[in-house]
Amino acid sequence: MRSFTYERARTPAEAAASASRRPDAKFIAGGTNLLDLMKLEIETPAHLIDVNGLALDKIETTQEGGLRIGALVRNTDLAADGRVRRDYGVLSRALLAGASGQLRNMATTAGNLLQRTRCPYFYDTNQPCNKRRPGSGCAAIGGFSRQHAVVGASESCIATHPSDMAVAMRALDAGIETVRPDGATRTIPIAELHRLPGDTPHIETTLMPGELITAVTLPKPVGGKQIYRKVRDRASYAFALVSVAAIVQRDGTGRVALGGVAHKPWRIEAAEAQMPRGAKAVAAQLLADAKPTRQNAFKLALAERTLGAVLAEAKG
Amino acid sequence: MRFETPATTNPIDQLTVIGKPIDRIDGPLKTTGTARYGYEHHEAVPNPAYGYVVGSAIAKGRIADMDLAAVKAAPGVRAIVTADNAGKLGKGERNTATLLGGPEIEHYHQAIALVVADTFEQARAAAGLVHVDYVKAEGAFDLAAVKDTGEPRPLFGGPADTALGDFSGAFAAAPVQLDATYTTPDQAHAMMEPHASIAAWTGDKLTLWTSNQMIAWGVGDVAKTLGIPKENVRLISPFVGGGFGGKLFVRSDALLAALGARAAGRPVKVALQRPLMFNNTTHRPATIQRIRIGATRDGKITAIGHEEWSGNLPGGRPEGAVSQTRLLYAGANRMTATRLAALNLAEGNAMRAPGEASGMMALEIAIDEMAEKLGIDPIEFRILNDTQIDPEKPARPFSQRQLTECFRAGADRFGWSKRNPQPGKVRDGRWTIGIGTAAAFRNNLLVKSAARVRLDNNSTVTVETDMTDIGTGSYTIIAQTAAEMMGVPLEKVVVRLGDSTFPVSSGSGGQFGGNNSTAGVYAACVKLREAIAQKLGFNSAEAEFADGEVRSGNRKVPLAQAAGEGGLTAEDGIEYGDLDKKYQQSTFGAHFVEVGVDVATAEIRVRRMLAVCAAGRILNPKTARSQVIGAMTMGVGAALMEELVVDKRAGFFVNHDLAAYEVPVHADIPHQDMIFLDETDPMSSPMKAKGVAELGICGVAAAVANAVYNATGVRVRDYPITLDKLLEQMPNVG
Ligand SMILES: Cc1cc2nc3c(=O)[nH]c(=O)nc-3n(C[C@H](O)[C@H](O)[C@H](O)COP(=O)(O)OP(=O)(O)OC[C@H]3O[C@@H](n4cnc5c(N)ncnc54)[C@H](O)[C@@H]3O)c2cc1C
Ligand code: SF4
Repeated sequence: MRSFTYERARTPAEAAASASRRPDAKFIAGGTNLLDLMKLEIETPAHLIDVNGLALDKIETTQEGGLRIGALVRNTDLAADGRVRRDYGVLSRALLAGASGQLRNMATTAGNLLQRTRCPYFYDTNQPCNKRRPGSGCAAIGGFSRQHAVVGASESCIATHPSDMAVAMRALDAGIETVRPDGATRTIPIAELHRLPGDTPHIETTLMPGELITAVTLPKPVGGKQIYRKVRDRASYAFALVSVAAIVQRDGTGRVALGGVAHKPWRIEAAEAQMPRGAKAVAAQLLADAKPTRQNAFKLALAERTLGAVLAEAKG
Repeated sequence: MRFETPATTNPIDQLTVIGKPIDRIDGPLKTTGTARYGYEHHEAVPNPAYGYVVGSAIAKGRIADMDLAAVKAAPGVRAIVTADNAGKLGKGERNTATLLGGPEIEHYHQAIALVVADTFEQARAAAGLVHVDYVKAEGAFDLAAVKDTGEPRPLFGGPADTALGDFSGAFAAAPVQLDATYTTPDQAHAMMEPHASIAAWTGDKLTLWTSNQMIAWGVGDVAKTLGIPKENVRLISPFVGGGFGGKLFVRSDALLAALGARAAGRPVKVALQRPLMFNNTTHRPATIQRIRIGATRDGKITAIGHEEWSGNLPGGRPEGAVSQTRLLYAGANRMTATRLAALNLAEGNAMRAPGEASGMMALEIAIDEMAEKLGIDPIEFRILNDTQIDPEKPARPFSQRQLTECFRAGADRFGWSKRNPQPGKVRDGRWTIGIGTAAAFRNNLLVKSAARVRLDNNSTVTVETDMTDIGTGSYTIIAQTAAEMMGVPLEKVVVRLGDSTFPVSSGSGGQFGGNNSTAGVYAACVKLREAIAQKLGFNSAEAEFADGEVRSGNRKVPLAQAAGEGGLTAEDGIEYGDLDKKYQQSTFGAHFVEVGVDVATAEIRVRRMLAVCAAGRILNPKTARSQVIGAMTMGVGAALMEELVVDKRAGFFVNHDLAAYEVPVHADIPHQDMIFLDETDPMSSPMKAKGVAELGICGVAAAVANAVYNATGVRVRDYPITLDKLLEQMPNVG
């Protein structure tokens, strides 16, 4: 770990402005991802801006009847919130499927969205990795790639985004509220927050340098059966091989997003038109451009079968 | 004390303290955080410097250049140890690769430097500034690719190859045959406490507080590596946070702490950082196993053959997966063969039940497959081929062998008769359910072991031996032994372990610690009893030790008084004759597992487990049970998730942390049941006990595999059994 300076920001705008003054600065929220990466010198910020004091830890009802979730609301509190459990069950379930109780107590809403990949080569600084060291190559391609992406990947990087929460938020059409260094605010649709790797896998989001997430908004509830199904090798405390976030209405229409298959939560709205026809048809369209490796090709069948089980459960 | 003839009645048989489910006497120290582990001897070493280990970034080759300028200039740095400046180093007898590499690199993450600084953070930051230029060399990293270059190498206990009768003829002639190949992956000990040491020099004398299972081995190998006399090395390891064989040997933390302390002129502490451990230390090597079984139509095995291929660094040992096949089932024509190829991965070495754990993973699936071919119940098939004599050396009977009894008791308790032998027929909602069984088998090893026992004038009995407690309960069973022998309550016994100034014990490994270390304490107590009797003028054969008194005829003397002002001390150990040559000493069990497999996703979840064990006298049913259920948990890991994934290009284990190397969590282990059959084994020692801690893991993975087969009809022969290996053959859903 490199040494760093540390500051506690007082307002969101001040945090963003401070971050923009130092290109080597990073925000720190729960620290459950960033600190691990700093210890391994995968992240080497020279300045940390602690955002925990920013009073962004409330969950409020919006005028449109949705929810505004402060960027610093802890995963545990978000999962337990009565409104979330009642109206956005898929989100509560996704959160509880992630990490462990201790981690969820620390992990924040913004930190969770921005957590970095779990690709094992990304974690080993001796190995080539375009995401960690642009231009050094991708050790996962041709290496151990069982966990990796099957869709939307590139020749530069086949990493997945590991979040469960983000997959549910994608199905819920969440919006990401931010403040920029100049004080301007905007809302980024979650579909546009995470980027595909392309040939710049180290640039993971569309956030500008210094841009701070202040909240995540959820549109008003859409009802339906809300299911989050996470498939993994052990029963708990493991990242998804494949996960499915689904909102299914009585007539069989609805929304689905997949986790564990791409560099971002994977949803193609057009594929949802196939939902009444069943999982095979939906998966065919969702995974149409899949380019799996030999080791992770099973994820295609797994995604389809899991989706099938979820749709059956929604009907049942 | 020499143990040469079967044990007769002795004070242990009173079973007033021995055999009771007593809580661990070291429990309160652990639950209050006051037990001091390798890295935590703050009182003994209040002001250490901190060492951080740098591992090699390549698997094979050499260091061309190492630039340390930035490291030297970094804040707080006190010393940097490299092969260049460490002076001449030897290699421990029990190490395959050197613990400090350079310029030659033998495996990935081999230690190449230790950076010592005032604080841990400074050492870690400075270690990040080490710049190394390497010259890479070609290495062999793929066992399957090099297996045919393998050569015969002996096992931990036995020759590379054995043969009896005409295996190939009998196999060819057998009306029912199985010929199948199984693989087990490299596995990590993944114990909670990392390898950790604190080193301090006083003149030319070294004290190492460390985490080690085998104190005397450690002293010898530290001395040999540093080139100093054994007398100048003291090892202290009172508590060990799990070892599973990974701490049988001195590792780089200990050597580098010693070198770092010498270089810095100050005590130094080093803990291996977790991501380094998987490639820096030892692991259970992967195996490829071919098993052939021939039988008559009514289920009598006529031919059984087991071949193993594994790999290791040059000079290393094979895993030894064929060892149980030499002993477990009858059959007149047999062969086993062991081939070891050279690999440039980290050193393969002992992990919980080395040999048998891997061998049973394969053999006990093969037995299940064979039973199915024969149309015989898998339990009946095993019982049909049970034997009371060593099948390779028919003149040697087993000292005790209750394999059949274990299966009968287990079948009853688990509800085996309700199992549907047709695979894939039992459903519970989204789960398809299966039940599987496997034998458990592990040899019982006799190792000499000594202890010192002192009686004080307040009737406290203090036991000292260099035995270790690696979470197994050694403190407790040793206290029970001394209490039983000396006739004092448990509270009157003080046990001190893990210090090389104490008499040399068996140490902890190979499930030999429990029986042998207590037998050593027994021997010392017998000597102390004699000394007391003699002092009081009692006939020692008649003297009775009970309720804090010595009695003989109508005389009785309180122990405190017998001890006198100065107290009395005795030292002795147990040594063995040839009872383990005349009799085959092994431990036996039967595992039962029920799994559910998700019909859609093929996720496998264990629903309940049972182990029935017959393993000599159980000295403490509570600590013994903990050992067995812990081993069962580890067996589930081996069955379903544990695999060090080899990057065959760069030559290293890729998933080298606890997020990526998955071991079972609580949610994976819902219900465990275990019972011990009544048994005493007079051939094993005066304690009449044997080992249980490794028996518990042997066969578990195969029982899981057989249950998965029963649930799905899919036979997976390559561990771990992950859902991707089932998915294609699962029924269509949705
Ligand atoms: C062992 C383990 C298992 C896990 N398992 C799972 C799992 O199964 N599923 C899952 O989804 N997650 C899992 N996680 C990940 C966990 O959810 C994340 O670590 C956590 O959500 C990150 O939140 P944080 O607040 O601690 O983020 P931090 O570590 O503080 O920050 C993460 C990143 O977000 C940035 N950031 C933080 N706040 C803001 C902000 N307001 N605006 C802009 N940038 C910001 C930081 O600069 C940093 O780059 C696991 C983590 C661990 C350690
Ligand atoms: S997949 Fe991406 S993160 Fe992993 S090694 Fe390749 S570039 Fe790095």
